[in-house]
Amino acid sequence: MTTHLTGDNLLEARDLEMHFPLKKGILLQRQVGAVRAVDGVSFDVREGETLGIVGESGCGKSTTARLITRLLEPTGGTVTYRGRDVTHLTRRELLPLRREMQMIFQDPYSSLNPRQTVGSVIGEPFVIHGIEKNDAKRKVLVQELMEQVGLNPEHYNRLPHQFSGGQRQRIGVARAIALKPKLVIADEPVSALDVSIQAQIINLLRDLQRELGLTIVFIAHDLSVVRHMCNRVAVMYLGKIVELAEADDVFAHPRHPYTGALLSAVPVPDPQLAKAKRRQVLTGDVPSPTAPPPGCRFHTRCPKAQGRCAHEEPLLEVKDGGNLAACHFPLKAADVADTVPTAGG
Amino acid sequence: MAPLLEVKDLSVTFDTEDGRVQAVDKVSYTVESGKALGIVGESGSGKSVSSLTVMGLTRFFSNAIISGEVLFEGRDLLKASDDEIRNLRGNEISMIFQDPLSSLHPFYTIGDQLTEAIRAHRKVSRAQAMDRAVEMLGLVGIPEPRKRVAGYPHEFSGGMRQRVMIAMGLINDPKLLIADEPTTALDVTVQAQILDLLERLQRELDTAIVLITHDLGVVAEVADEIAVMYAGRVVERGQKDAIFAKPRHPYTWGLLRSIPRLDQARGDELVPIPGRPPSLINRPHGCAFHPRCPYVQPDHMRVVPPLEPLADDAAHLVACLLPEAQRTALWNELKAGGTPEEARARAGVTSAGPPVVAEGSQAG
Repeated sequence: MTTHLTGDNLLEARDLEMHFPLKKGILLQRQVGAVRAVDGVSFDVREGETLGIVGESGCGKSTTARLITRLLEPTGGTVTYRGRDVTHLTRRELLPLRREMQMIFQDPYSSLNPRQTVGSVIGEPFVIHGIEKNDAKRKVLVQELMEQVGLNPEHYNRLPHQFSGGQRQRIGVARAIALKPKLVIADEPVSALDVSIQAQIINLLRDLQRELGLTIVFIAHDLSVVRHMCNRVAVMYLGKIVELAEADDVFAHPRHPYTGALLSAVPVPDPQLAKAKRRQVLTGDVPSPTAPPPGCRFHTRCPKAQGRCAHEEPLLEVKDGGNLAACHFPLKAADVADTVPTAGG
Repeated sequence: MAPLLEVKDLSVTFDTEDGRVQAVDKVSYTVESGKALGIVGESGSGKSVSSLTVMGLTRFFSNAIISGEVLFEGRDLLKASDDEIRNLRGNEISMIFQDPLSSLHPFYTIGDQLTEAIRAHRKVSRAQAMDRAVEMLGLVGIPEPRKRVAGYPHEFSGGMRQRVMIAMGLINDPKLLIADEPTTALDVTVQAQILDLLERLQRELDTAIVLITHDLGVVAEVADEIAVMYAGRVVERGQKDAIFAKPRHPYTWGLLRSIPRLDQARGDELVPIPGRPPSLINRPHGCAFHPRCPYVQPDHMRVVPPLEPLADDAAHLVACLLPEAQRTALWNELKAGGTPEEARARAGVTSAGPPVVAEGSQAG
């Protein structure tokens, strides 16, 4: 996989695994299985880029985010941040790392403490990391941040309920950029917002990235937003990366049948195109991550599956057009010509 | 022939401790059999309250004041008795909601809940009702319906629960199905399955559909006609193709330009609508959109724009005080990729200063 990469990697994930144990019994608990939320995922995050991770609920994209920020300790594999293995660092050892890696969460309603003023929410990172203990000086810093994300600095003493959803997400962004991090992981940052507000937050993130030279890992299920935001895109299905490539390549010539189905399923706000487009509908549901299908995990729902797919797991390899895809029978241009609106473009 | 559903000047207000909430303000639309109307709007636009009122679900709120007419097959549902409404609901008119988990009872099997829906309206035996339930589950694409009908909601995935809700909504062959954000909680591939199903029902059973959504892509795929709502009012209404090809309301433009789209070149800056939707207690005077509108003129802050047909298309109605010629010129500029400021300059629309409300200046 590394052959495909150039430039400096800020973060490297190798064979990352997160198996949550399933236990039975009350007193003497014994493990009866595991939810294989993330099951052997490798990727790099390059300095300055926006890497998108897309997939449907339960595919492991949020767990992946929590693993690379070390909010969870992986059960297997390694996370290397700027050349240093951080996979099994203790809480104390992680503290300096936390300064450089921040997260923005999906729900601006539940990710803010309702009793904490906005000033204190945004100022907290300065306290935790002992950067600015002086209240007056910290207030100046916080108000600068509020200004930077488009909040009125006079609202320093307000509580979260006095803000709308879009404004709350701005508070979350201000908190995340307070310590000038290198890497920001945004987990579905706009999906809880109204359509007209989404664009405000998307533009804000893009502006801040330019100003601060941020590297962003952008996790989302909305493919249109991911295409707009990201340089590279990783598509996940049932705990695995099934396709990874430059955003333009993923959208112009998807190689994995699951990527093709995802792209085809996105409704396009253009009636003419909607009429012309053939909507490819996948049958069935995503299998349970406690007992993923053998071979290729997508073979149970894949329109192109053949006998081999059921027992031989495909590797993530370079396919025609430069996409990395894990598939024995990758899609060709003709397969997606009438189902994917961005095909060929 | 009279349309199946005709909503005329429907207004719904709620008296609350904080003041009077004008949730729906003189909303009118019609839906014919076998057609789908898409109601598009953001949170607080009144799109859900208007549909709940059609279903007779707001009449029990003691603080609700409802006026206007809801004619279903010519009969005014607002004047119907509670019993009459109960006979219609789930029978001739049914509704599916956004969150399929909270709409199903966790203690009862899917079969119990489906047969209850039948036996509430039809005198049939339990066994007959169960057969019908199994048939419907099969129709909406639940595998092994005979076996799954005995399952409980928690044993179904989100997409399957939503299909169960659709099965329940359709079990008595309703003439009208109201779907309130039916796919919002679902993943895209599941959404594709549900949209496919809705289209098939419309085609095969001639069901009329009111589809409430914030997703312009979904209405572009499913609806025949579109009503765009803002702050309790319909601001633009017309045939789907007309709305997408030549939208004539600045709010509709804002919606179309603020979303990233797979059908357009990548990398163009999004043009967000400044500010945020207004409070329905203190709605802005005049045109409710004026504080966020880049093309606002002084009189727009006083005069409420009427919903009027366009000169060349009587089926396309718009509530905007800007002259039609100017709006045509503005949209042509916007469509060519211009910013609202550029469009205003080129179309010769004077500026009444920047939009009044910037995000962050007013909380509450």
